[in-house]
Amino acid sequence: MQEPLISVKNLRKFFNVGNGNKLKAVDGISFDIFHGETFGLVGESGCGKSTAGRTLTRLYDATEGEVIFNGKNIFNLSRHDMADVRKNLQMIFQDPYASLNPRMTVADIVAEPLEIHRVYKSEKEKNARVVELLELVGLNEEHAMRFPHEFSGGQRQRVGIARALALNPKFIVCDEPISALDVSIQAQVVNLLKELQDKLGLTYLFIAHDLSMVRYISDRVGVMYLGHMMELAESEELYDNPLHPYTKALLSAIPIPNPDIQRNKKRIMLDGDVPSPINPKEGCRFVDRCSYAIDKCRQVTPIFQEQEPGHYAACHRIGEI
Amino acid sequence: MMNNIDFKPELFEKADKSNQNADKIHRPSIKYWPDVWRRLKQNKLAMLGLTLIIVMAIMSFVGTYMSGYAYFEQHLDMTNQKPNSAFWFGSDELGRDMFTRVWFGARYSLAIGVIAALIDFLIGVIYGGVAGMASRRVDSIMMRLAEIIYSIPYLLVVILLSVVLQTEGGGSSMFVIILAMSLTGWVPMAILVRGQVLQLKETEYSLASESLGAGKGWILRKHIIPNTLGPILVNVTLTIPRAIFAEATLGFLGLGLQAPKSSLGTLANDGLAGLAVGNTYQILIPAILISLIMFSFNVLGDGLRDSLDPRLRK
Amino acid sequence: MNKILEINNLAVSFKTFFGEVEAVRDISFYVGKQETVAIVGESGCGKSVTANSIMQLLPMPPAYFKAGEIKFDGENLITKTEKEMQKVRGNRISMIFQDPMTSLNPTMKIGQQIIEGLINHQGLSREEAKKRAIEALELVSVPQPEKRIEQYPHEFSGGMRQRVMIALAMVSNPQLLIADEPTTALDVTVQAQILDLMKDIQEKLGMSIILITHDLGVVADMSDRVVVMYAGQIVEQGLTDEIFKNTSHPYTKKLLASVPSLDMNKDEALLSIDGTPPDLYIPPKGCAFYDRCDYAMKICKDHMPQFTEHSSTHISRCWLNHPMSKDAKGSEV
Repeated sequence: MQEPLISVKNLRKFFNVGNGNKLKAVDGISFDIFHGETFGLVGESGCGKSTAGRTLTRLYDATEGEVIFNGKNIFNLSRHDMADVRKNLQMIFQDPYASLNPRMTVADIVAEPLEIHRVYKSEKEKNARVVELLELVGLNEEHAMRFPHEFSGGQRQRVGIARALALNPKFIVCDEPISALDVSIQAQVVNLLKELQDKLGLTYLFIAHDLSMVRYISDRVGVMYLGHMMELAESEELYDNPLHPYTKALLSAIPIPNPDIQRNKKRIMLDGDVPSPINPKEGCRFVDRCSYAIDKCRQVTPIFQEQEPGHYAACHRIGEI
Repeated sequence: MMNNIDFKPELFEKADKSNQNADKIHRPSIKYWPDVWRRLKQNKLAMLGLTLIIVMAIMSFVGTYMSGYAYFEQHLDMTNQKPNSAFWFGSDELGRDMFTRVWFGARYSLAIGVIAALIDFLIGVIYGGVAGMASRRVDSIMMRLAEIIYSIPYLLVVILLSVVLQTEGGGSSMFVIILAMSLTGWVPMAILVRGQVLQLKETEYSLASESLGAGKGWILRKHIIPNTLGPILVNVTLTIPRAIFAEATLGFLGLGLQAPKSSLGTLANDGLAGLAVGNTYQILIPAILISLIMFSFNVLGDGLRDSLDPRLRK
Repeated sequence: MNKILEINNLAVSFKTFFGEVEAVRDISFYVGKQETVAIVGESGCGKSVTANSIMQLLPMPPAYFKAGEIKFDGENLITKTEKEMQKVRGNRISMIFQDPMTSLNPTMKIGQQIIEGLINHQGLSREEAKKRAIEALELVSVPQPEKRIEQYPHEFSGGMRQRVMIALAMVSNPQLLIADEPTTALDVTVQAQILDLMKDIQEKLGMSIILITHDLGVVADMSDRVVVMYAGQIVEQGLTDEIFKNTSHPYTKKLLASVPSLDMNKDEALLSIDGTPPDLYIPPKGCAFYDRCDYAMKICKDHMPQFTEHSSTHISRCWLNHPMSKDAKGSEV
């Protein structure tokens, strides 16, 4: 069994939202990410996937739990050691309009990680590396002196990717990197990410709410709901054979760009909206919207466990539904 | 439409796009500050203010030599003369040339205003920047401290300081005045900067920088402060007239610069006496100048604020 | 076919510091009674400008109508005064937007916002208006409407707010609903609910819908006909089936190929379109898709392609449809 690159154990991240209320964004998730794979993390708003991604790179400190990288728990590292680890754990953000400083040129933006960690002694070497990175993502030298607002969304996202690659990281968390982009540009960016993964041997955590895209790019997929992991499996397996009621409903809600299939689709409709992760109750988080809920579901939180080889789910009624 | 095109078969051959760059950017590059300047130029009022400031600044140096009289030159035989060909702005009760004295005073007023504003800027940016980036508790403490300091009336501080730092002949030196105004005047700037920092701290590019391994100081210097320069500049431009007016008030109350040096405020104070005997020009001229300076800076500051607002871009 | 809305040769431009930006360049399409027409395209293609033009919600200046007409129920809306348009908006034509949080007044109770419209447009008394407001909320499946009428927008969740938006839009029985990316900001399970709701209401009220979206799945689900826009122009339009199954324009084809769908094979490559759409500040003389098209011919660069009819309902604008292009190289697309 391969040693995982990153191991998440019982990760919890809570926020205090005043009056003693706790927002339990991530409430106990555990999974491994292996070298060279793309791990997709999906869920709807409030499920905690973005928080999970940020806690994984220690942009937030965990309330509880561990993230093991290179044999050490990153939350126990000193500032100095963490800065070193940071070179290997990079991030790409969702909003290409907000994640680039509007006052900096593209060259400055891509060079920033190199400057922070003082990688190059000479200006010339640094600039050469910047051009190299720009070309890696399909831009070129003449773009270097321009400002973010002069580029389209897709191009800006590519600048963000170039920046994330500057320090030769092993692992990149992609936090909804394509949600804000046009459809045909999404494909561009996703194809670029795949290409870079092959070229540079990268490992990705791909956080998104677009399930079709996640299925396409990921090797394994985890489904989150209200801070809990509901199901995890290889991507084909998850989409062909979903075990958890939430996953089933989620998959059936996605409109397919094919009129014949879409019109004849049997849809599982969920009532109501996604509830809030503030002060959640005991029991299964999905119980209020689940059509298979029984009393046990309200009282006991189901354990996230292996139901079939490589296929995990947290539900009391697997196999009955 | 079909008629205009001569359909030759060659037209339907595949196009050679090897030189094409589908990622090319066609628009010329717009840099930030040049664009702000361009928008400012469209604002006639702001440009008027700027012009007036430049004119007055030049005059405050050149003007003191123009009439040939020195600012302290007394002509006891030509006192209290209304503006005429010998004394363009008239003469005061000691026969000194008002024209020279007024521009001399303008020099001091402008200098005091600008220096005080600059000190406010420096202290305010540092204090506000640190408070904004610090933990909530430290920030709280720093802000409470600032509020307490601000509640001390600067008039009191001036009086105390001028007593403590004894200057001869009453009145205060320029140093004391600037010191007194700066001791409490930096607070509004600090509050502004801190507010900006708190906001910009949450931007995604600040977060991105943090994920790259940047420390708080780096983020503050490279990302946050450059993006606050706009509002800060506006604040500085609007602080100057406030400082000048504050100084004028001091002068008017007799706490300003000592004779024969003058600022516009002290001139106005001196001119009070003349009011009773009908020499209105003695107070009117300094007063008009004070108003002009303040008007110009205010209008410039407003114009700057508008041209920095991305929503008002034309 | 009874045409509720007919747009003929519409051109809308913006005066900017750089010069004229031609946001919409000569588009024509119609919407029939109880039809759903989807306008598909990516950012900058002009679909939102088109929608806002119908409602005359564009700031004029800097926008201005360069050419064309917008006929609603036989009358040209462009010639109407602001006062006349106010009688149309929210009354005969309603619009819902992407982000319900910014379209609803956060300081006004929900009920008040609905009632206001009713009193203004239909001259109802407060009592009657309140009754209708409650009915409207029931129609959109907001539970406990009598209670929720007294609440503020922030007390509703995203999906609920969108329902309220729809209620607001429905309450005057409009003939036409313009929905500008109504579900883009919603979670996918909520999106499914809202789309179903819209279909439901359309049936009940016999209303036409213009649905602006970039989500092809939503298009396949909701629309009867599709208009595909690129760089301010219509490049293809037709029945939904025709667009998906008998795609003609290279852009539409690439668009469909760049969307991963749940039923596709994972090993299939996801086709992407290189580059970005042209800047409409200097619109290209010829076909706007030239830079990014795999089949571009010399004629495409300098000459705007003509429309070809593939059926009485399906047209597309591409030189590949010209008889001579098939002769030249047998480059059948």
